[in-house]
Amino acid sequence: AASPAPRSARAPSLPESTAEAAGAGRAARGVYRGPERRGGGGVAAAWGMMMDGSAAGTSNGGSGADGDAARRNNTRMPKYSKFTQQELPACKPILTPKWVVSVFFLVGVVFVPVGVVSLLAAQDVVEIIDRYDHACVPPNMTDNKLAYIKNDTISKECTRILTVTKEMKQPIYVYYQLDNFYQNHRRYVKSRNDAQLRDYKKSNTTTSCDPERFTADGKPIVPCGLIAWSLFNDTYSFTRGKENLTVNKKDISWKSDREHKFAKNVYPSNFQNGALIGGKKLNSSIPLSEQEDLIVWMRTAALPTFRKLYGRIYVDLKANDTITVRLSNNYNTYSFGGKKKLVLSTATWLGGKNDFLGFAYLIVGGLCIFLAFAFTLLYLIKPRKLGDHNYLSWNRHPAGR
Amino acid sequence: MKRFVYINDESYQNDYCDNQISNTKYTLWNFLPKNLWEQFRRFMNQYFLLIACLQLWSLITPVNPASTWGPLIVIFAVSATKEAWDDYNRYISDKQANEKKVWIVKNGARKHIQAQDIRVGNIVWIRENEEVPCDLVLTGTSEPQGICHVETAALDGEIDLKTRVIPTTCIGLDSEQLHKIKGVIECPIPDKDIRRFDANIRLFPPFIDNDICPLTINNTLLQSCYLRNTEWACGVAVYTGNETKLGMSRGVPEPKLTAMDAMIDKLTGAIFLFQLAVVVVLGSAGNVWKDTEARKQWYVKYDDDEPWYQILVIPLRFELLCSIMIPISIKVSLDFVKSMYAKFIDWDEEIYDQETDTPAHAANTAISEDLGQVEYILTDKTGTLTENKMIFRRCCIAGTLYGNESGDALKDIELLNAVADNSPHVIKFLTVMALCNTVIPIKSPSGTISYKAQSQDEDALVNAASNLHVVLVSKNGNNAEIHFNRRVIQYEILDILEFTSDRKRMSIVISDSQSGKIFLLSKGADEAILPLAYCGQQIKTFVDAVDKYAQLGLRTLCLGWRELSLEEYLEWSRLFKEANSALVDREWKVAEVCQKLEHTLDILGISAIEDRLQDGVPETIEILRQSGINFWMLTGDKQSTAIQIALLCNLISSEPKGQLLYINGKTEDEVARSLERVLLTMRITSSEPKELAFVVDGWALEIILTRYKEAFTELAVLSKTAICCRVTPSQKAQLVKLLKSCDYRTLAIGDGGNDVRMIQQAHIGVGISGREGLQAARAADYSIGKFRFLKRLILVHGRYSYNRTAFLSQYSFYKSLLICFIQILFSFVSGIAGTSLFNSVSLMAYNVFYTSIPVLTTVLDKDLSEKTVTQNPEILLYCQAGRLLNPSTFAGWFGRSLYHAIVVFLITIHAYANEKSEMEELSMVALSGSIWLQAFVVTLEMR
Repeated sequence: AASPAPRSARAPSLPESTAEAAGAGRAARGVYRGPERRGGGGVAAAWGMMMDGSAAGTSNGGSGADGDAARRNNTRMPKYSKFTQQELPACKPILTPKWVVSVFFLVGVVFVPVGVVSLLAAQDVVEIIDRYDHACVPPNMTDNKLAYIKNDTISKECTRILTVTKEMKQPIYVYYQLDNFYQNHRRYVKSRNDAQLRDYKKSNTTTSCDPERFTADGKPIVPCGLIAWSLFNDTYSFTRGKENLTVNKKDISWKSDREHKFAKNVYPSNFQNGALIGGKKLNSSIPLSEQEDLIVWMRTAALPTFRKLYGRIYVDLKANDTITVRLSNNYNTYSFGGKKKLVLSTATWLGGKNDFLGFAYLIVGGLCIFLAFAFTLLYLIKPRKLGDHNYLSWNRHPAGR
Repeated sequence: MKRFVYINDESYQNDYCDNQISNTKYTLWNFLPKNLWEQFRRFMNQYFLLIACLQLWSLITPVNPASTWGPLIVIFAVSATKEAWDDYNRYISDKQANEKKVWIVKNGARKHIQAQDIRVGNIVWIRENEEVPCDLVLTGTSEPQGICHVETAALDGEIDLKTRVIPTTCIGLDSEQLHKIKGVIECPIPDKDIRRFDANIRLFPPFIDNDICPLTINNTLLQSCYLRNTEWACGVAVYTGNETKLGMSRGVPEPKLTAMDAMIDKLTGAIFLFQLAVVVVLGSAGNVWKDTEARKQWYVKYDDDEPWYQILVIPLRFELLCSIMIPISIKVSLDFVKSMYAKFIDWDEEIYDQETDTPAHAANTAISEDLGQVEYILTDKTGTLTENKMIFRRCCIAGTLYGNESGDALKDIELLNAVADNSPHVIKFLTVMALCNTVIPIKSPSGTISYKAQSQDEDALVNAASNLHVVLVSKNGNNAEIHFNRRVIQYEILDILEFTSDRKRMSIVISDSQSGKIFLLSKGADEAILPLAYCGQQIKTFVDAVDKYAQLGLRTLCLGWRELSLEEYLEWSRLFKEANSALVDREWKVAEVCQKLEHTLDILGISAIEDRLQDGVPETIEILRQSGINFWMLTGDKQSTAIQIALLCNLISSEPKGQLLYINGKTEDEVARSLERVLLTMRITSSEPKELAFVVDGWALEIILTRYKEAFTELAVLSKTAICCRVTPSQKAQLVKLLKSCDYRTLAIGDGGNDVRMIQQAHIGVGISGREGLQAARAADYSIGKFRFLKRLILVHGRYSYNRTAFLSQYSFYKSLLICFIQILFSFVSGIAGTSLFNSVSLMAYNVFYTSIPVLTTVLDKDLSEKTVTQNPEILLYCQAGRLLNPSTFAGWFGRSLYHAIVVFLITIHAYANEKSEMEELSMVALSGSIWLQAFVVTLEMR
């Protein structure tokens, strides 16, 4: 191996000491190799000369053709290089108990603090989650939510009261969370055309946007495809007492998306004109690069439960503040039993509230330290001599071949 | 079936093909279809093509079809280009051969034409050192005796010069007459036997008598031979183009498949079945989920009335998603590392033989791994274990044993005195030594004489005779000249009764030019000569001497002679000519006639020739046997010599430690009983720590192989060592086949033409490029200079190759399965619709740049140093038993990939939950996780 590779501890039957000894022998041979090499060359050269000298005489062995060939190339001896002789330098660390224990211990010592710090960071995050899809359905329609959401005449306005449990420092991120929504479904995730969004000259290309490519009269849809068509269209506004908490919807999408993937000169056209309206409609006078809700939505989620950024509130919230949320509950999650949640959350350097990383580090670190101790104990109770030939499998079972 | 060739007659020439040689496999037009057809005969290629075609259907393809088509086309293009290049080179060399200018006789005048225009019946002229363009029957040479010398190396690999003679009926024709000669040659239809040509020639009047004259292989010049030491020769073309002996013997040897390749194929099949299972399960689950769940999801917008094939869409998507389970890269990687193993063997300095300037060569680049899995080595004796450098050591002349004290008869004062005293027996003995052979003496300008001999034994005898002052000076046609103590003795060689392996002897009939007396000189194996002694001769001393010499491991030859009366000779000579011109069963008839002359011999003595063991043979055998390899020695030599050599080279141990069991007998019953007895002993003692070996000779073996194959197979399984003596080439091959049929990996090693069949039959054929020519080395997969290099070939190259391929192949599956399992796991959270988590570019980058290319460094991986391996040869057991690549190790890798996939996937989706859940991020994180993990596996596994 050209790379420094630890030898596996899974093969305890290998002759460790011989390997080590051989390593030493190798080095010694490497030193010895030099003069031997020159010597070999010398012999070859002398041999070649001898061949030349004896060309006139007759020899019993070897035909003329052989002699010719030999003289031409001097010798057919393979050229020496470390590569051709498979003698490239290699590092062969042996996993001795000391090494294994210290590596495990080191990993444990590093991982446990990292885990603790991540956990603490996640604990700092304050999060308010409010599921509203169920609560916003009028009591008389709870048995038939689908009819409710599909009926345009029923007002979808809804008010929710949230109580802040802990002080929340600005910026407060406003997310909407969808459950059981498969943005990663193959039919859905492929149903878009990036060229169209990027380049106004290609606004007619709608390949792979099936089944949302053209309007009924055959005009290309911009932005085409199921993703854009099903754009989330619930809206929220927040008040604290009388004070309006403005939601800043600027810069909620990726900068690179705004600048490179969604063009400044591509405008929505023929969008949501069909018989079946999917989600939000777009203002066709605003270029795609400024339709940030769309840009956020079109970054498809990999999991059926996901949050998408709705906006930010640049106000500090104190504990026990009550916040009134006025929302319009337009988006249909009832047909497939999905949930809709509104999430207000602060953020730390590690992002949102997610204990997983912290726990993962703690568990792995803890396991490493435990193993380090276990191996140390094992080594102290039942030590094995390094490179003991009695452990070789053919020495253990002489008849086992 | 016969072919009639009319010499110099244009009207019959179109019956046979012209002399255009074609070795190419393809033509310009059929190259593409034929090559594609050949490539698609492999299951893997069919599979990849199917996948690539499915990917063209955009509805189901998870990734860009270019990601499969690209590599596929590259792979196909590479192997097609290689084929095309090889074929083009063949075409060029054919063209060169076809367009070479040759002189032929046309309408009575010599013309210069291209070789491809030669027709059957044309007379072709060749000058010294030119290549023979087609198979010719000699009609004239520049030498007055009507002989010429050819080098047949390209045909049989033998580098000595062979003498060819013109048929007697053509002797004495001058070149003018040769232009006009007419006649008919009756010869068999083309075949590939380069040692046989049973034909006859009849010249039409006015050319001498129109007797039928027999033709043998000695009257021919075969295609691709070179004319040497002869100014010119001419002959009648009898076989042309691809119908020549060389053309007919050309054949594509069956490709050898290593045990590992077979295992990898098997595992690939298993993975394929697993893949089908995944496709069926997930496909139906996907369809169910689609109907129960996805239809409710309005944003996916499934149509209510779909075409019928929609039910196939999800399963096919999963098929494509899982297609990476069988990585395209594995074939390319394996081809690459295999050719590197072969190169390492070619490059290895330590198996370069300085003495003969031969590096090792791997002619077959695909079977290095098998070297590490060898279980049985079947070895030839002469030239393989021994040096095949024959030296005359001892002799027994008329009851006196010479050379006993010093071990060298040439230095034995007694013998030298006897020579000086003109002791008649000794002189006769030496004369037979010098004359009874087919050696050609060649006098160099400086006056020294060197001998060109086809058999090393003859060479040793002639050289020994010349050291004892009976010097064979020249042999011109039928005249031999011997110098003895400054006296010149001329002999005329009347007939040569050639050596065959059935007769086991050769004789020569000479007449003394001075006295006119006719003698028969014979030499041969003791059992072939001693029974021919005249009544009343005491042969006991000779028998004892033979035994004694055999025990010393010397090769013995028995020499005898007899004076013939003229009448007896003439009578016999007629029969001999008749037999020689027979077209059917010629060999048998000749042997019959020979027997009529070879009787009541006066046995002169026994010569004993030493064939020294090669350097390092006992050590090599010792180490290879420690590593669990069983040795069988197959030799044409006699039993006692074989056993002696076997003892010398550690193959068997002498009494208390080891025991030899003999299977012998002349009749079927005897052989059967003997076999039964040996088998019984073998069964009883198999538990004792005693080295048992059985010895069988060719005769008994013949009976056993035809009648008692099952019992012998059992014996073969029980016995670690065997000595088979007096076996024929085909028996050697049969023994290899027998061991192969018991599922053993066999390696056959030999040096001579008689080993070729066994070498081709065995899983691995190793040829020693030795004194018996290159025939074996050419047929072999590996050629080495000395037997002792076998140790390094097996323990170092074979073992490393096995380990490396075992790792590489399983790793290739591991890394593909890893990514595939992640895809499958992802499909559980994406509605079992077959969404690919990774995009085409990352998949391709992962498969090529992150995994396939870096892991090629495995060709340099050494788990243990070479020294450790040679010190503990038992380690080879791991390779032999296939412990590193078998279904259970593969299951380990399979489980590992599943486990790693689960770990990577779970960590990714939990760390990237909620607001971070974004396709591209998640896919990149999972991909880098996989890359790091597999890189860690590579570092951990490579040592």
